[in-house]
Amino acid sequence: MKVKQISVFLENKSGRLAQVTKILGDNRINIRALAIADTADYGILRLIVNDPAKAVAVLRAEGLTVRETEVIAVEVPDQPGGLAAVLQELDAKGINIEYMYAFVGKTAANAIVIFRVEETDRAVALLENSRVKLLPESELYHY
Amino acid sequence: MWSPEYEGMAAERRRELQFKRLKATVERVYNRVAFYRKKMEQAGITPADLRSLDDLKYLPFTTKEDLRLNYPFGLFAAELDEVVRIHASSGTTGKMTVVGYTKNDLGVWSEVMARSITSAGGGRHDRIQIAYGYGLFTGGLGAHYGAELVGAMVVPTSGGNTKRQLQVMRDFGVTILACTPSYALYMAETAREEGLDLHALPLRVGIFGAEPWSEQMRQRIEAELGIKAYDIYGLSEIIGPGVAIECAEQNGLHIMEDHFLPEVIDPATGRPLADGEKGELVFTTLTKEAFPLIRYRTRDLSILYAEACACGRTTKRMHRILGRTDDMLIIRGVNVFPSQIESVLLENGDATPHYQLVVDRKGNLDDLEVRVEVSEEMFASEIRKLEALEANIKRKIESALGINVRVKLVEPKSIPRSEGKAVRVVDRRNLYNG
Ligand SMILES: [Zn+2]
Repeated sequence: MKVKQISVFLENKSGRLAQVTKILGDNRINIRALAIADTADYGILRLIVNDPAKAVAVLRAEGLTVRETEVIAVEVPDQPGGLAAVLQELDAKGINIEYMYAFVGKTAANAIVIFRVEETDRAVALLENSRVKLLPESELYHY
Repeated sequence: MWSPEYEGMAAERRRELQFKRLKATVERVYNRVAFYRKKMEQAGITPADLRSLDDLKYLPFTTKEDLRLNYPFGLFAAELDEVVRIHASSGTTGKMTVVGYTKNDLGVWSEVMARSITSAGGGRHDRIQIAYGYGLFTGGLGAHYGAELVGAMVVPTSGGNTKRQLQVMRDFGVTILACTPSYALYMAETAREEGLDLHALPLRVGIFGAEPWSEQMRQRIEAELGIKAYDIYGLSEIIGPGVAIECAEQNGLHIMEDHFLPEVIDPATGRPLADGEKGELVFTTLTKEAFPLIRYRTRDLSILYAEACACGRTTKRMHRILGRTDDMLIIRGVNVFPSQIESVLLENGDATPHYQLVVDRKGNLDDLEVRVEVSEEMFASEIRKLEALEANIKRKIESALGINVRVKLVEPKSIPRSEGKAVRVVDRRNLYNG
């Protein structure tokens, strides 16, 4: 139950983020979640969208450096200690996290946390029958 | 003058001497170096065909590429047992240009450097701090032996460790500084930060070379260090520093014409140009044994002047370097070709060859930024991986070039292209003005 994240390389120039979101909007692609990691010179924009393949195609057509990245999406109860329990579980199973970011779904009862882990397939296998609830693409994109 | 007999020689007598030496040099390479013999045979010329100095124009040119193809010792015209010193500089494709010296060659080099130091007003009472790098680079050792021949007190600090350079300069009472002009300005800036007043020191002369610099930069150096700054010219292929230097008139650089025969040619056609016309400098060595060069194309642009100089030297003068015929950059005294960086990026495999070199002078030090466009193959969603990629490119470029660089990853197509071709070099240093 891997899901697809879109990663975009962006120089730290004003207006770049607006440009990317506009390209997606013009193509009727819906952004479900967004996170940015940056250094002094550049940033990496990480996106969860409702149509990853189309998003890659339109961004690439605009000359951007884009990649599909495999991540996992975990539904976390929106309550104190909810995330801690998930992190403990991952740690217990020896799953190393590269980065993570969270967003709240349409119903505020649960939050969704996106994890980029070192070995995605192995992580998925380890988590499939655990207390951690992985979201499939179909649910995530329209959550 | 260090050698008035040669430096002030009547022009006609010098031409006779040059012709005699040219003939001997051509015979030497024809008999000893397969490369030259083959080239002359192809041009249908033998040493016997040289009847006057004007026949020089019939000899084939030698290029940096020829040097590279004959790496390392293919162009040596002396037995390797006779060779007592090797120097090298970086070339276009990462392969070094290697030069050798016999004992006599080192003697010639010391002689022309002694003349240079004397021309800059130096003598046996001076204390010369040599802050050119010592090593395969010719700057340090070249200046060193000349200064010893003059009888000056040599302070061989080599490059780097600027605070210690300044301490030595002050404590040892240094009177002459020899280094690159940009490093001289960097030293001045460091001195200011350290609260050291260079104007209060006995320092009075600078001998600066190994990179092009402008008249404006000379004025800045002279004001900030409180010295008279002399431009010295040389390149390792010909001998190293000491091919030409300014005199007190500072109206062009006197060429050591009895050892190095200058020409200026049209770089496009190879046709020799008259004195006073701007073109590519070409040198033929007249006395070298281990590494003679026939009509070597320096790719430096200059102008020759034959008019008499008020200093009494009768040698031709060359204009300070006006530019290059190729895309070579000189960064902190080191030759850098964009193609070297390109081959590092290609070797790396994960980098696109879309790159740009941005050279600037920051705090009087050359700063080289290598911008690399990020391709999808190189790209990863983890900062850690992109930082590792940057560090890897940086390390490889630094080991290939021997200088520090900054690597900056940029978006694809962000490097401007003109007529489909990327603009590889942006040099903001303004080196050739004045
Ligand atoms: Zn003069």
